Amino acid sequence: MTTVDTLTTPGRLETALRTAGRKLLVPYVTGGLTDNWTDFIAAYEQAGADAVEIGLPFSDPMIDGSVIQQASDVALARGTTVASILADVAKLRPGIPLVAMTYYNLVQRRGLAVFCAALAEAGISGLIVPDAPLEEAGDLAAAAGQHGVELVRLAAPSTPPARLTEIAERSRGFIYAISLMGTTGVRAELAATAGQLAADLKARTDMPVILGLGISTPEHAAEASRYADGVVIASRIMREVLDGATPAEVGAWLATVRTALDA
Amino acid sequence: MMVGMTELSLSTPPAVPVRAPAGREGALSSAMAAPDARGRFGEHGGRYVPESLIPACQEVEAAFRAAWADPEFRRDLDRLLAVHAGRPTPVTPAWRLSAELGVTLLLKREDLAHTGSHKINNVLGQALLAHRMGKTRLIAETGAGQHGVATATAAALLGLRATVFMGSRDIERQALNVFRMKMLGAEVVPVDSGSRTLKDACTEALRHWVGTVSDSYYCVGSVMGPHPYPWMVREFQRVIGDEARAQVAAELTTGTPEYVVACIGGGSNAAGTFAGFVDTPAKLIGVEAEGGAAITSGLPGVLHGFRSYVLQDADGQIGEAHSIAAGLDYPGIGPEHAHLHDLRRATYVTVNDEEVVAAVHRLARTEGIFAALESSHALAWIIRAAGTGELPPGATVLMTLSGRGDKDISALMEIL
Repeated sequence: MTTVDTLTTPGRLETALRTAGRKLLVPYVTGGLTDNWTDFIAAYEQAGADAVEIGLPFSDPMIDGSVIQQASDVALARGTTVASILADVAKLRPGIPLVAMTYYNLVQRRGLAVFCAALAEAGISGLIVPDAPLEEAGDLAAAAGQHGVELVRLAAPSTPPARLTEIAERSRGFIYAISLMGTTGVRAELAATAGQLAADLKARTDMPVILGLGISTPEHAAEASRYADGVVIASRIMREVLDGATPAEVGAWLATVRTALDA
Repeated sequence: MMVGMTELSLSTPPAVPVRAPAGREGALSSAMAAPDARGRFGEHGGRYVPESLIPACQEVEAAFRAAWADPEFRRDLDRLLAVHAGRPTPVTPAWRLSAELGVTLLLKREDLAHTGSHKINNVLGQALLAHRMGKTRLIAETGAGQHGVATATAAALLGLRATVFMGSRDIERQALNVFRMKMLGAEVVPVDSGSRTLKDACTEALRHWVGTVSDSYYCVGSVMGPHPYPWMVREFQRVIGDEARAQVAAELTTGTPEYVVACIGGGSNAAGTFAGFVDTPAKLIGVEAEGGAAITSGLPGVLHGFRSYVLQDADGQIGEAHSIAAGLDYPGIGPEHAHLHDLRRATYVTVNDEEVVAAVHRLARTEGIFAALESSHALAWIIRAAGTGELPPGATVLMTLSGRGDKDISALMEIL
């Protein structure tokens, strides 16, 4: 199948990440998780985040472990919809770019172009769809490109070399390097597979490479940033939020990650 | 090549051929041809899985293509189907019920296959494939427990470990099968997320596979999941339709039945049955549970790695199926069925729980056969259609009786 990635110049997300001049910190929040969920975005920015990943919750999240599953269930039980999240986001004017993360069924239900247009209208720069691998993402990449949305591709420790090259060429915004063979979740150690994958990607591209999955402490983040351009932190934060942590408390913890990355 | 299989491979083939002669498949109507290179049946199917799982799916596809073209693999599988699973299963004329309904009803007796349902056909094929690939462990999801029992059985037979994911709600209502799996040495993992049924067991099995691909093989239980599973499982189940076609030819002066009917959750017994008749004039009827009717009530969507019709809300959140039959409690349907529906080559209908329970009784008392709740969906439609005239008087009907009802005894005791 021929694909046309119409987005040929770096968008807001990629530009911001390339010009940050420091190791990148991309924290995550599940959209609609609490009444004040957008306050987390402001707290993240204040703590030194370079971008924020917003999860649009799906009932059957295939690559997510128990924490993000629970956060998704809580958000959906509160009546959260794609429309309600985008309406909340549209009221914000953050100084850092936003990236939506969701599953293909939510995207295709609205229609690929309609979905991407709605993201752009709400001020969201990028999109991550973990169950749309290279073979299935051609039409989505075209729709995203037409609406100026940067479609972030994922690479895994199991991805063979030729495929890594294609992922690196097609990805927009940054490349999401999946640090381990497993689902999202809090882990005791940074996976041994993280460094090799990041190095393999860095050898292929100058696109920012950001490691995600299992990065749970400032020490993990510092170690990961030796191989990659930055980190995504999700489950560790959502665990705290599900246990009642406030935006200020999560922000204070993220500031320690920022410090570790800058050291 | 296979530990412990040498004697089997060298033995004489089964006396009755369990598969159609070579060349038949190529002559099949394109309505059930192999999917395209991306695993598509028309608009449906595909491989919507995380990058982490892409190499594993490619490995399974390559292994299946090689095995299916390998006469030695086919001979090993045919031998296991004969001496372990008890194939071929008979076609039984339902004499008394036929007289009552005014039609000629023939039953393809998958309830008589080892472990009590058609699930063993697919599992023996996949377990043999996993063994050939050097995998040491099978992962499976199960709803009613029939696929879990079949997986545990094949694992024991081939010396593999087995881990079966099962919704905690299904564990409660299918205690007998849970016990059987454990007796066979399998680990049964309860799934407490979502609706705590088959849908959630599938999601959890896929998650688990991501972390264990190096030594584990995901043994999908129906014609669903990412490419090549829907196609591979149909090929392993086509033994139902191929056998039935030859057997029905001996029973009917017309050679082929006018109607071929099977129940559908994911749709594996129906796909295997339809594969044997898609190139005949037979009308193909798939019967879904009213509360889990993906084709009747669903919309195009992507779940568990494939595109098909799926129960979902306006936002794309997956709906929860509700059926008295745990094996049909699934919000999606195999992609090839979605394609057959789009082509109008097969017709998909629904029956409700009440009709199903009545059908269980009717078959038990007229034919002395206690059918599973799942299989009884097909019969419930036949009984209704014979009453309304949708099945004309004298119509010839082949129904796949996919499994036996022993597992449903406690569920039936509760409602009767």
